[in-house]
Amino acid sequence: MQLNFSIYRYNPDIDDAPRMQEYSLEVEEGQDMMVLDALIALKESDPTLSFRRSCREGVCGSDGMNMNGKNGLACITPLSALGKGKIIVRPLPGLPVVRDLVVDMTQFYTQYEKIKPFLINDDNHPPSREFIQMPEERAKLDGLYECILCACCSSSCPSFWWNPDKFIGPAGLLHAYRFLIDSRDSATDERLNDLDDAFSVFRCHGIMNCVSVCPKGLNPTKAIGQIKSMLLQRAV
Amino acid sequence: MVTNQASMKRNGIQDWVSLRATALIIALYSFYIAFVFFTAPTLTYPIWQGIFASMFMKVFTFAALVSIMLHVRIGLWQVLTDYVKPAGLRAGIQYVLNLIAFAYVAVGLFVLWGV
Ligand code: SF4
Ligand code: SF4
Ligand code: FES
Repeated sequence: MQLNFSIYRYNPDIDDAPRMQEYSLEVEEGQDMMVLDALIALKESDPTLSFRRSCREGVCGSDGMNMNGKNGLACITPLSALGKGKIIVRPLPGLPVVRDLVVDMTQFYTQYEKIKPFLINDDNHPPSREFIQMPEERAKLDGLYECILCACCSSSCPSFWWNPDKFIGPAGLLHAYRFLIDSRDSATDERLNDLDDAFSVFRCHGIMNCVSVCPKGLNPTKAIGQIKSMLLQRAV
Repeated sequence: MVTNQASMKRNGIQDWVSLRATALIIALYSFYIAFVFFTAPTLTYPIWQGIFASMFMKVFTFAALVSIMLHVRIGLWQVLTDYVKPAGLRAGIQYVLNLIAFAYVAVGLFVLWGV
């Protein structure tokens, strides 16, 4: 059985413009594999094909890419999930391309940095060993802490495409909320102050592309809604 | 002043609430008009005029018109900051569009006045 691929190729040092290159791969009849395995097989014959990967099991978030128009992790996306026809692979949309499927994630990380993704606790008595939480308090972090920062969500969000410098984006906001509701964090007000403008949070128009692509099944839109209501409650 | 109008000096929470508040009025008005349309056996000019002659309908219509203007102001500012990056050009476009939105309200007001 022959599988056909059309893969985005661009090497800014040599190429004037990006192009799509056709590849084909011979596999056993009825055999399924992950997109990443197929890319690795194609790289055997064309070593110039570039992409990122590390864990190859959906944990590290390195191989976010756009497969048949939808962002996802190549290592946990089976070819069978992409339908029968040719498979089109492109880099994550909206981010500058370093080479082929490798994108420059600086804008994404800059937004992540802005939300201060670490626990802030200014209470006078920092615990010497464990920092105890009630099970209910800990439960609030579920659905938030699992994010692996693969950027599939933010690079599928139109608001992030148009304002990557001002809009935090779904991934960053998911993390912002993770710290806003952490019972051990004492900087809730400062965090909300930092988000209180017309762009950081409110550029989210609830398009929900982020929810439909997140490979970890997380719901950034819901977290963003919670931040909006926290900001609102503070304002009235 | 120009950048103030055209760039990021808007209040996110306030805009978010205003958009929803005005959307509610616009939606209610649309449903009401549709209801009037579909329940009236025939719609002749005198009946139409009669509907708009009541004070309730005048106030409701005017509220809907003002809501549309405010909704447009915020909504187009959001669209323009997405798609038009040079601040000067954006301010210009915004100025013209806001003027048009205002003109609709003014025309509507005179029409209501005349009924
Ligand atoms: S929220 Fe999901 S899609 Fe977004 S960065 Fe985290 S894991 Fe990736
Ligand atoms: S819900 Fe918000 S953050 Fe998610 S894709 Fe839509 S605009 Fe972007
Ligand atoms: S290689 Fe680590 S998430 Fe795919």
